[in-house]
Amino acid sequence: MNRIQTSLAQNKKLLSIYFTAGFPAIDDTVSILEQLQEAGVDLIELGLPFSDPLADGPTIQESSTKALHNGMTTDKLFDQLQGIRKTIDVPLIVMGYFNPMMQFGVERFCKRCQEVGIDGLIIPDLPVDVYHEKYQKLFQQYGLLNMFLITPQTPDDRIGYIDKVSEGFIYMVSSAATTGAQGSFGNEQEQYFKRIGAMNLKSKLLVGFGISNRETYDAAVAHSQGAIIGSAFIKHLEKNGSNSVKKFIEQIR
Amino acid sequence: MSYHVDEKGYYGEFGGAFIPEMLYPNVEELRQNYLKITAQDDFKSEFDQLLRDYVGRPTPLYFASRLSDKYNTKIYLKREDLCHTGAHKINNTIGQILLAKRLGKNRIIAETGAGQHGVATATVCALMGIECVVYMGELDIKRQAPNVARMKILGAEVRPAQSGSKTLKDATNEAIRDWINNPVDTHYIIGSVVGPHPYPDMVARFQAVISEECKSQLMEVEGRDYPDHVVACVGGGSNAAGLYYHYLNDKRVNVIAVEAAGKGIDTGESAATSALGKEGIIHGSKTLLMQTDDGQITEPYSISAGLDYPGVGPMHAHLFRSKRAEFISIPDQEAMDWGLTLSQTEGIIPAIETAHAFAILDERSFDPDEIVLFNCSGRGDKDLDTYIDYFKL
Repeated sequence: MNRIQTSLAQNKKLLSIYFTAGFPAIDDTVSILEQLQEAGVDLIELGLPFSDPLADGPTIQESSTKALHNGMTTDKLFDQLQGIRKTIDVPLIVMGYFNPMMQFGVERFCKRCQEVGIDGLIIPDLPVDVYHEKYQKLFQQYGLLNMFLITPQTPDDRIGYIDKVSEGFIYMVSSAATTGAQGSFGNEQEQYFKRIGAMNLKSKLLVGFGISNRETYDAAVAHSQGAIIGSAFIKHLEKNGSNSVKKFIEQIR
Repeated sequence: MSYHVDEKGYYGEFGGAFIPEMLYPNVEELRQNYLKITAQDDFKSEFDQLLRDYVGRPTPLYFASRLSDKYNTKIYLKREDLCHTGAHKINNTIGQILLAKRLGKNRIIAETGAGQHGVATATVCALMGIECVVYMGELDIKRQAPNVARMKILGAEVRPAQSGSKTLKDATNEAIRDWINNPVDTHYIIGSVVGPHPYPDMVARFQAVISEECKSQLMEVEGRDYPDHVVACVGGGSNAAGLYYHYLNDKRVNVIAVEAAGKGIDTGESAATSALGKEGIIHGSKTLLMQTDDGQITEPYSISAGLDYPGVGPMHAHLFRSKRAEFISIPDQEAMDWGLTLSQTEGIIPAIETAHAFAILDERSFDPDEIVLFNCSGRGDKDLDTYIDYFKL
């Protein structure tokens, strides 16, 4: 069983944390991973920085620009992750855009992921139908799960298709928005969480986008199996430095 | 082999819709409706009427006699520079605003580099009384002050794109992000044959009026409806797509695409995507684009802001890969010189983008009885500052 599936099979609410590899400093990656594990997070999403991150709001964009400026590359990230499974047991997901993976070579990318111990991928600009037709077998061959996003606008039949293709969790985007922290969730979002919850999907749901504090975390996990935090964590790192991970997680749960 | 889009949204191996799931409903709505709506009689009559009475179509097909004498061949210019707002861009914005209205959208967003597409979008929004937001790179806003002013006069809001390199590609990213955040009431008018399917095909169809008119106009003066060569400059590639459209599957017609070499292909300051680009994904389309070995999109350079795009439309990537079109790149200096040559030979001051296309007359020879059809895609008014600086006028 893939580490992600093992986590999802637990009867508990999951906290997944995203951070951009190579930010704030190029060599922070491993230290942040270790601190996240120590603070008890359940899943970690490692952002592979891209020059043109379409789905991301200003916070993650800026962290990506900074990481690239720091010299982060796909090769560099794999180098940093070499041997990481000696100390890190938490499921690791690489989140990145498809173009850098294409340039690296999709199969070579998958192979390197498997070698360093990555469990899954989130690729916002690789649509589910293209994945299903062209890449799913390859991902499976290297033991990688691919996670898809849904939004309040995603039609029911498409959610059904995504659910069918998914082997890990479904990333439920909280509102029609790019990534970014929000103060709280409105009634509309509550309704959406309930609507999807009632669809009885085979895949577990994790809510992301707009989660920044205990209040939004609690609201998100009330109707799902977990929550994903990205921008708020990046902001915290920016303000408090890369050794302040525990403090952030304690604010959430 | 067809050179038009297939039912899955691809030109050969290029195209498709590589978009975040958040954009899927918007793009899918468009995909399901664009052919249906544009085939309706009321759409066609309103589109044709606006192109005629508002844009000034058909634009003339002009036989350039002095230029033809000089190069000993038959040179025709399709005068898109005479369109309202000064370039072919408005053909597409008229089409898309009519489509947006029929989809019930009440807010328009657009990206712009040099400002030509932004002005063409602001113009049709003013015409229809629809709210308009144009994203423009912060650096471009500084470089293209007159077009920023034109958009504001027309009532549009110009929002600076402050991310990444602060130019056209970032303005496009910002427009896409706006659309993600406003999925229901907003239509995104893309200005070129780029972006996710159906945009490249939709924009090409709206620009296809250019070659449609050329066919009947050539028939009238030459007794045949096709030239031997069609020549256009290519940044994203919308004016080229319009000129080529009805000739793509006609093998009697040789297709020539002219890219901007900038300071030279090997200088690191160039926009010659076919020569320097590799297959990848930009703005939701699989195409050729300029990028680092690590897959980060790089900043192109050309003296002409309209050719300054790191990708190229998937139709053109396919024309290049399949060798249907000849791709030639022209450096800044030759393009600028040709701006003067065309001005002083034919009395037509071209946009600097357009001047690139004419420069192939020095690169390549044509037979005396051959018909060479150029898209004179835009006029040079917007480039006066560049002409003044460059030639110390």
